[in-house]
Amino acid sequence: MLETLFFYAFAALALLGAILTVTLRNAVHCAISLIASLAGVAGLFLLQRAEFLFAVQIVLYIGGIMVLFLFVIMLVNLDAAARERQYHRQWIAGALSVVGTGLIFAYFLTRGAESLKLNEPVPAGPRNSEAVQMLADSLFREYLVPFEVASLLLLIAIVGSVVMAKKRI
Amino acid sequence: MPASFMPSAQELMRFAPEMLLTLAGTLIMLLEPFTESGNKSRLAWLALGALLAALGLTAVSAADPGPAFSNMLLIDEFGTFFRFLVLAVGVLTILISTHYLRSGGHESGEFYALLLFSIVGQCIMATANELIMLFIGLEVSSIASYVLAGYLRDDKRNNESALKYFLLGSFATAFLLYGIAWTYGITGTTDLSLIRSALLNPASRPNEVLTAAASAFLFVGLAFKVSAAPFQMWTPDVYQGAPAPVTAFFSAGPKAAAFAMFLRIVLTGFEPLKKEWEPLLWVSALATMIIGNFAALRQTNVKRLLAYSSISHAGYVLVALTTHSGPGAAAAMFYLAAYCFMNVGAFAIITHVARRDERYVEIADLAGLGTRQPLMAGLLTVFLLSLTGIPLTAGFFGKFYIFKVALDQGFIWLAILGLLNSALAAYYYLRVIVVMYMEPAPEGEGELPAPAAGVLAAAVGSAIATFFLGLFPSSLLDFADKARRIFN
Amino acid sequence: MSSTLAQILSQPWFIPLVVGVLILALAPLAVAGTVLLERKVLADMQARLGPMRVGPQGLLQTIADAVKMLLKEDIIPEDANKFMFRTAPIISFFTAATCLTVVPFTGVFKVTDVNVGLLVISAMSSVGILGIILGGWASNSHYALLGSLRSAAQLVSYEVALGLALMCGVMSAGTLSMTGIVNAQMERGVWFAFDNFGLMFVPMMVYFISSVAETNRAPFDLPEAESELVAGYHTEYSGFRWGCYMLAEYVNMFSVGSVLITLFWGGWLRPFPNVTWLDAPLNYGVPIVVFLATAALCLYLSRKQPIQGYAIGLVGVAVLFLVMAGLFAWPAFNAPAAPLFWFFLKLFIIMYLFIWFRGTFPRYRYDQLMNIGWKIMIPTALGAIFVNALVGIARG
Repeated sequence: MLETLFFYAFAALALLGAILTVTLRNAVHCAISLIASLAGVAGLFLLQRAEFLFAVQIVLYIGGIMVLFLFVIMLVNLDAAARERQYHRQWIAGALSVVGTGLIFAYFLTRGAESLKLNEPVPAGPRNSEAVQMLADSLFREYLVPFEVASLLLLIAIVGSVVMAKKRI
Repeated sequence: MPASFMPSAQELMRFAPEMLLTLAGTLIMLLEPFTESGNKSRLAWLALGALLAALGLTAVSAADPGPAFSNMLLIDEFGTFFRFLVLAVGVLTILISTHYLRSGGHESGEFYALLLFSIVGQCIMATANELIMLFIGLEVSSIASYVLAGYLRDDKRNNESALKYFLLGSFATAFLLYGIAWTYGITGTTDLSLIRSALLNPASRPNEVLTAAASAFLFVGLAFKVSAAPFQMWTPDVYQGAPAPVTAFFSAGPKAAAFAMFLRIVLTGFEPLKKEWEPLLWVSALATMIIGNFAALRQTNVKRLLAYSSISHAGYVLVALTTHSGPGAAAAMFYLAAYCFMNVGAFAIITHVARRDERYVEIADLAGLGTRQPLMAGLLTVFLLSLTGIPLTAGFFGKFYIFKVALDQGFIWLAILGLLNSALAAYYYLRVIVVMYMEPAPEGEGELPAPAAGVLAAAVGSAIATFFLGLFPSSLLDFADKARRIFN
Repeated sequence: MSSTLAQILSQPWFIPLVVGVLILALAPLAVAGTVLLERKVLADMQARLGPMRVGPQGLLQTIADAVKMLLKEDIIPEDANKFMFRTAPIISFFTAATCLTVVPFTGVFKVTDVNVGLLVISAMSSVGILGIILGGWASNSHYALLGSLRSAAQLVSYEVALGLALMCGVMSAGTLSMTGIVNAQMERGVWFAFDNFGLMFVPMMVYFISSVAETNRAPFDLPEAESELVAGYHTEYSGFRWGCYMLAEYVNMFSVGSVLITLFWGGWLRPFPNVTWLDAPLNYGVPIVVFLATAALCLYLSRKQPIQGYAIGLVGVAVLFLVMAGLFAWPAFNAPAAPLFWFFLKLFIIMYLFIWFRGTFPRYRYDQLMNIGWKIMIPTALGAIFVNALVGIARG
């Protein structure tokens, strides 16, 4: 009961934050809404007893990425840009496509709900230190190569951004 | 420490080409600050050497096929084929780009490093047997490509190209990833062979609505990456704006790798759904051919023309894919190999003619090339004829096999429409040839310097490959035929 | 009656609740104490007396300051972003206090033992940065904005080194749970700072230095460099909102100190935790000696007070300390209280070091700060992880 309540609270936070992120005009407010949304997702992780993911979600997204976002937004004066006429004025088309996509998804989910392979709810859950170990095991055994290649991906992204941004290399 | 943490030597050997290229790319970046600005071509040599060594390692690893790293990678003939292809494209690209970069004063290690990394991604796409691995390979390839597209930062065309590529590419990647998530949701796995068995198993066969959703998302992502209609919009702008050698690379390497991924997903994991995929694929194939060819008719910029032409060629490959058959896969592989060589060759000549800062990229700028530099004009003629599909060239057999397979599998009208399309395509290819030989060189244009050794080597090499595949198609087709057996 | 009491006492939520309330109630008091300590110690280092007027030896100075602060007018700048201006200090204080909830003061005396406790602390302290950035931004003032940007850059940079240094301890302990880390040190019989043939001392130092930067303390106190930025990110704040920021800062000092202690200095363990014969001298002797000495000092000082009331007060304090000394001699009290004593003794030493640094080191320039963070701390921490991992594997 309490868990259901928390689920809806966190889900609402995540959704509301996401909606405000794309609708608010002030870039700082958008970033804060996004933080709220990410925090909601972190809460959902916690409800699933994935404490590790919860903590990592907060450390990486809220504490790392969003702080840098805010940093950049504050350094770049966006007030002038916010006052400009916005390019997209397609509220009707946007709303229609959102409704359309929503209906399609609703159709998908109602028609196919029974074949979605949802994991059985774990009653007590493995003790979390074991859960972290299980995560590490699958990351470093089964998914070793994707994990390592992902680090190459990050390296490329760093090199790429330096190449694109720096005046003289 | 459990032994299973350490990959076996066998597995490492199977993954050796990618590891070597990654090391070489990192080494190039480390050496970059210690290399004098006049000596940057040493780094190009290093990259070239690494690619050749990787080719050798690919041959070695092909001798011992099998899965690696808990089925993340599957080194089979199919993967080896595409590995060879993207590595060869990489070699040609480096040959083309050194002079281009040096003449503009843009030569630096990062270019070669990013190129190598991009090729690593493409090799992974060719050999991955698992959706997460495919996705990461694709991202490695794509992100390096985005940067390469905007490599000349002070050039506005480059900026436009990079930004469009990046924004649309990330959007398409999101679709692909969403499709992967749906696939995982309905089958509980991301391993392609397990997905196949989950879809085949009548007991666990997921609801068709959900598989349709997953397929649709995957299709959007894949179609974007191979620039198939209706997701081809980005191609002309990106190809036109990027530096010419990079365009040569884009039109061949990433596209071949994306098709490798496409083939593997459609023909292994989602093979049980072939009835559902078929209409999706033929509509897209037809639209791609028609849009590409008709738009190419009206182009005046050579790079843009070739961009539209590459869209139409993607359409031909999609025809082969539509058949959902082993021979279709073999035909697609052969076509891609032929296409890569002739297209890179054509772009090599364009790079040469465009000169510094790419001032001469209109079709009119090719006027009189037949008298000014007969060799280059002759080579370009070969490539264009091959792209048209004239006999004796690789392009002919490529198209021949594809339409033959389409006829065999009962896609008669698709084959006929495809043939009509390639007849239409002859018009714009021949127009370029006409301009080269029939029109006098414009007055007051700067002297066209002799081709740089690298460009010449790349063009001649591509021409040889084009002729070789045109004269002895069975040599490659046999290999492709062996490779496609994994799909049966 | 007593059975219901026993029932309540044995409830799983009882101790967490009590400790949680105690943390919230005592943290401001502890902060007040630390501020007084800081002023006194700094004064001593500069050959001054420090606050002497309010209370005996100025003991009540910070209490008076707190009262003044609470009664101040609450000013919000006209052009500030009101909502953010109000929210930001709350974020700062809330996250700082949350950190303390996963700190095990002793094996029993703790709010909760989250299995990824260390990560929760990292998470909370990184969210705390938001309070600083948003506060600086919402103030709509150049000084505040620059201060907050400096602070964010500094915190993000040193967070990396901090996290990497933590990894060494986690590797040695094999768990992310704070209690589990202390238990691992108990089993191994050595504080992690001295483990791996002393190699763990390196990450300990990296953590310590980074945590000084992480709490914006001198010599890394650029975000509030008075001579350049007035007061940094909280320039525009006054009254209780400013108090929130100040509380958060000191609570953060407590929590990084607690993590340092838990991870590297044995948490609530006494020195040589598995040498049994040291039990009596260390667990009984040291607390009693400390409290007796303090009582003696109070008695000595009470004779020098100018006002008789102050002298009586000090004698009262001395009696309190004597009672404490007596309690520590009582085994039933000593068993749960000795670990607590060790924990807070260690925390006190860390706090003293923080103050000592402030009294001795000049402030770094901004580029020096970044160089230390990125070019010294992070590589050192990475090397330490690598070496300690190898040594750890070799030792099995």
